[in-house]
Amino acid sequence: MPELNLTSAPAHLRHGSNIGQPLTRRDGVLKVTGQATYAADNHPPGMLFAVIATSSIARGRVASLDVAAAKRHPGVVDVMTSDHKPPLAIDPEIKTNPFVFRMEALQSNEVRYANQPIAVVIAETLEAATEGAALLAPRYETLPALIGLDAGESFVPPVVGVGNPTENHRGDVEAGLASAETQIDATYETPPQYHNAMEPHAVVAHWDGDKLSVDMPTQGLKLSLARIAELFGIAHDKIHIRSPFLGGGFGSKGLMGGPPVLGIMAAKLVGKPVKLVLRREQMYGPVGHRAPTRQRLRIGADGEGRLTALDHHARTVSSTFDDFYEPAADASHTLYAAPAIRTSHDAVRVNTGTPLFMRAPGEATGSIALESAIDEMAWACGIDPLSFRLKNYAEVEPITGKPFSSKALRACYDQGAARFGWAKRPLQPRQMRDDAGLLVGWGMGTATFPALMFQAEARAAIRRDGSGVMEIGAHDMGQGAWTALAQIAADAVGLDVDRVTFKAGTSDLPDAGIAGGSAHTATAGAAIHSAGAAVIAKLADLATNDERSPLFGAGNAGVIARDGRLIRRDDESRGESYAEILARAGVAEVEAHGTGAPNPAAMEEYAMHAHGAVFAEVKVDPELGQVRVTRMVGAFAAGRIVNPRMVQSQLFGGMIWGLSFALHEEAVTDRRSGRIMNANLGEYHVPVNADVPPLDVITVEEHDPHVNALGIKGVGEIGITGSAAAVANAVWHATGVRVRKFPIRIEELLAQR
Amino acid sequence: MKPFDYVRPATVTEAVAAAAQPGAVYLAAGTNLLDLMKGGVSRPDRLVDVTHLDGLDGIERLADGSLRIGALVSNADLAHDADFARSYPAVAEALLSGASAQLRNAATVGGNLLQRTRCAYFYDTASRCNKREAGSGCDARGGENRTHAVLGWSESCIATHPSDFCVPLVALGAVVEIEGRAGRREIALDELHRLPGDTPERESALEPGDLIVAVRLPPAAREFAPHARYLKVRERTSYAFAVVSAAAALRIENGRIAEARLALGGVAAKPWRASAAEDVLKGVAPTTDAFQEAAWRALTDAKPSGDNAFKIELARRIVVRALTLAAAGTPARLPALPASPFASTSGAIHA
Repeated sequence: MPELNLTSAPAHLRHGSNIGQPLTRRDGVLKVTGQATYAADNHPPGMLFAVIATSSIARGRVASLDVAAAKRHPGVVDVMTSDHKPPLAIDPEIKTNPFVFRMEALQSNEVRYANQPIAVVIAETLEAATEGAALLAPRYETLPALIGLDAGESFVPPVVGVGNPTENHRGDVEAGLASAETQIDATYETPPQYHNAMEPHAVVAHWDGDKLSVDMPTQGLKLSLARIAELFGIAHDKIHIRSPFLGGGFGSKGLMGGPPVLGIMAAKLVGKPVKLVLRREQMYGPVGHRAPTRQRLRIGADGEGRLTALDHHARTVSSTFDDFYEPAADASHTLYAAPAIRTSHDAVRVNTGTPLFMRAPGEATGSIALESAIDEMAWACGIDPLSFRLKNYAEVEPITGKPFSSKALRACYDQGAARFGWAKRPLQPRQMRDDAGLLVGWGMGTATFPALMFQAEARAAIRRDGSGVMEIGAHDMGQGAWTALAQIAADAVGLDVDRVTFKAGTSDLPDAGIAGGSAHTATAGAAIHSAGAAVIAKLADLATNDERSPLFGAGNAGVIARDGRLIRRDDESRGESYAEILARAGVAEVEAHGTGAPNPAAMEEYAMHAHGAVFAEVKVDPELGQVRVTRMVGAFAAGRIVNPRMVQSQLFGGMIWGLSFALHEEAVTDRRSGRIMNANLGEYHVPVNADVPPLDVITVEEHDPHVNALGIKGVGEIGITGSAAAVANAVWHATGVRVRKFPIRIEELLAQR
Repeated sequence: MKPFDYVRPATVTEAVAAAAQPGAVYLAAGTNLLDLMKGGVSRPDRLVDVTHLDGLDGIERLADGSLRIGALVSNADLAHDADFARSYPAVAEALLSGASAQLRNAATVGGNLLQRTRCAYFYDTASRCNKREAGSGCDARGGENRTHAVLGWSESCIATHPSDFCVPLVALGAVVEIEGRAGRREIALDELHRLPGDTPERESALEPGDLIVAVRLPPAAREFAPHARYLKVRERTSYAFAVVSAAAALRIENGRIAEARLALGGVAAKPWRASAAEDVLKGVAPTTDAFQEAAWRALTDAKPSGDNAFKIELARRIVVRALTLAAAGTPARLPALPASPFASTSGAIHA
C-alpha cells in the first residue's frame, strides 16, 4: 500500500491545542476523489474472482451440487465445496476464546440458516464466477426451519452480551409493584435488523509461499490476525492485513466471520490471489445481525410519580449453533432510581446466522422498550415525561449503588428541552395540529451508553528533523479515526498535527484493540497519549541531563512539550527544539511505547456512562397514518470531545439510526422458509434524505477525571439510544395510539384511529 | 451472470424482428431488467437495446390536441417538461413520486409501463411463483403479504403492479402505441396489463416482438388539469413503492362534477381504474359525502389476499383524500414532496 496522503490543508491548521478542534477529515480529499483504497479496490496481478453460493433453505443439508456444470462454464477455474477445499489447521467450530464465533467455512454439508455459504466458485471474471455459482443448482434434504421468537422451548442463557449476567436484581420487585399506586405492564417487540454497511464485506487474499497478505475491512485487526493465524496454522508475523478504510462496520466487521476465511481458503486452493465480495443479499446471514426481541416491562410508581419497581424481561433468539444474546433488559440498569430493579432474559434457538453486536447492542433494543414504558408510566401518572424522568433521576447507578464517574444528564435534559421548546408540550396526546391539519406530537427519550475501554498499544517517535511519528493499528470505519486520533497524537508529542506522521490501519502496527463498544477513541487515544508522554520523557532526559542544554537541571521542575520545543515549566523563556536536542545528542530518533487500558480501581469505584436526552417532533396524517419526523434535538454528555465536527457527525448518524429503528428497519422473514424476503436496500428500508429532518446536536460540557486520562467517553453508539423511543413517543403524542411493535407501521395507526 | 447476445437494431422494424425470437427481451434503461438478471429472476438469451432508435424520445402535441410521448423519454425529462406538467399535473406528480432522482433520470416511459411486480416471492428464485414459473404455485399466499393485492387477484397470484406513472395515465384514458410483427396498432393502457387469473405469467397484452413506441394522452385529458392530483402513501418519504396510491381528476362545471377520473395504484396486478366510482361522481357536487360514496364504490370488490385487509380501508381513505385534494384545485407549483401526504409541509426538503 502506498503511503496515504492525508490532507494538511489550511483548514487543518490548529490554533491552540489539537484536541477539541473541529478539523475536517484528513482522509476526506482521498475519499471524495476516489483515491481512498477500500479492500475490494485492490487487484493484485493474476487475481481471480470468487463468488459464494448460498443456501436457500434454512435447515437441513446439501444433498448435491452440480459442480461439473459450474466447472464447464467458460472462465470457471475451480469450485470449492465441503468435499474439495484446503484443510484448516483447527476446526472453526472450536471456540478458542470468547470473541471467536462459529462460522461457515464449508466444513460440512449441514445447513443451519438461509443464505449460509455452501460453495465458492472461483473464476477469471466476476461474471463467470457468478454464473458458475448459479449453475451449482443445489439439491437439499430439508428439515422444518425454526423461526421467530416462539420457535421452541425457551431457555435461560448462561450470559448475555459479553459476559453480562442473564439476571440481575436489586431490591424486591414484587413488593415494589404490590405497593405501587400506579402500575403498567407492557410488552414491546423489536424486529431482526441487519447492519447494512455501505461497503459490503470483502477480502482480497494473496498467498506468497507461507506468507499471506489480506485486504479486508476489519474493526479488529489483531483479533482477525489471530483468528487467521490459528485457522491456517501460520505464525502471526507471516500475515499482513490492510484495512485503511471501512465503509461502515457497525459491529458486523468486528470479529472474523466466514466469508473472508472462504476467500483466503479459495486463494490457497487455486494458488493465486482471490477477491471475494459479498453481494448485498449475502450480507443477510453470515456476518451477524441484531436479533429480534420481545420485552415485557412491569413498572410501579407511588402517588407522587416515584418509581417503586422496574422489572424488565427480554426474550431473544440465537442461532442453533452458537451463542450471542442481545442484552436488551440491561438497558434498565442505569437510568432510573427505582428502589427495586430486576432484569432477566430468556431465549430460543432459531435457524439464523448467529446474531452479533450491532450498533448499541442491548442498549438500542432495550432503550426503545424502556423509554417507551417510562413514557407510558409518566402518562399513567399524569406527569410530563421530562418531569417524570427528573423525579426519578438516578444520583447513583441504581443497579449497583455506585456513584457515577460523571453524569451531566440533568444539563442534557435542560439544554435539550430548552432548544426544543419542550415546555410548551401539552400533556394530553392528539392535541396539536399544523396548518395543514396534520397531527403533531412531541416525544423524548433518555440516551445512555457505557463508557468502555479495551486494551491498546501505541509507538511514538520523535525524529531528528523535529517531526513526530505515531503508530497504532487503529481502524477508521468512517467515524474519523484518521483525524481524531491524529489530533490526540499531535497533542501527545507537542506538535502540530501536520508535523506528526500518523500511521494506522494495518496489522503490523501496535494493537489498537477493537473499534467497537464506542471505546476506540478512548482506548487508542489513551495508548497514544501514554506513548507520547513516554517519548517526550525520553527526549526530556536527553536534554535535562546534558549540561549544554538550556534545560539542563530542569528535571525536578519539569518540562513542557509545546510546538516542537521542550520548555522549562517554571521558566517558559528557557527551552529548545526537539531537533536541537536530538542533533546534539547525535541520535536519529527517540521512540517509546505506551498502553491504554481500563483502570480497574476506578471501574470498581465508579459507574461510567455517557448520557443524553433526545427530543423529537413527528407529524402524522390523521387518516392515512403515514409518519414523518420533522425535528430532532439531541443533547449529549460524553466527556471530552476530541473533534466536535466528527462527534456531531457520529451523533447525527446515531439519531438517524434511532429514527430508522422506530419507523423503518425490519428484516422480513418468511414464516415458513426462514428466508429473508427483503434482503436489499430497495425493500429493507433505512431513512433516505427526505426522511431526515433538521437535526440539532448539543454536546454538553462534561469533565470526567475517572474514565481515562483524556476524559473521553465515546460517542459511536449513544445517538441511537433515546432517539428511537423519542420518535415512538412522539407518534403516541401525535395520535394517542401506543404502538409497541417496531417499526411502527401504517396499519397500526389506521386500525386504532 | 448468464451469457447473452446483445443487439442494437438500427430501426424499429429490425428491433421487432430481433425481439420476436424466443428468449429475447427489450433493453431500455434497464433499471428493472438488470436487477432481475443479476438476481437470476430473468435469464434472457438476447437483449435488444432500443435506446439508440431514432424518433422515440420526443414529446409532441398532435393536431387533435392529444399528446404523444415517445417510449424513450425519460421519466425525469417528462416530469420536468413545463408544458406537460401544466397540462397533466397528476401525471407529473406521480412521476416525481416514483423511485429516486437517479432512477428517474434513467428510466423510460415504455419501461415504466412494463416494469415487473415487486412481490418478494417473484424476486426470490427459491420461492414458488406462478408468474416467474407458470404452474409452480404461489408462496406469497400464506407468506409475508401485507402489501399485496386486494383487487383483481386470484389464487394463482396476488402480486401488484408497482408503477406510479401508470395510475394517472390509466385514469386519463391513455393509449399505448405498439409496433409489432403485423405493423402498428394501439390499445388503451387499461387493456395493456392483464389480471392474473389462471395465467399470471402472461402480464400484458403484448405479443413476442411487440415494442411500445409511444403513449398518447387523448385531447380530453387536458381538461382535468385544474383539478388533478396523485396521492401516494408509502413507508418512507421517498424511494419506496406505494402501499396504496390514487390518481384523482375532476372536471368541475358550475360547482358540479361534470366528469371524474379515478384510479388506484398498489392494489392490483394493473393500475386500477375505478369506473364505478367515477360514475357515482358524475353530476354531483364535490362533497365529502360524495367522495366517500365513490370510495366505497371503488373498493366494493376488494378482499384481502393475506395480512393486508388494512389496505382496503387505507385505499378508501386515499380515494377520499385524493378527490378532496383534486377538488381543491391543482397547486400552482408541484409540491416539494410530490404526491406525499406531507406535500404541504413547509420547509420540506425535496424528495
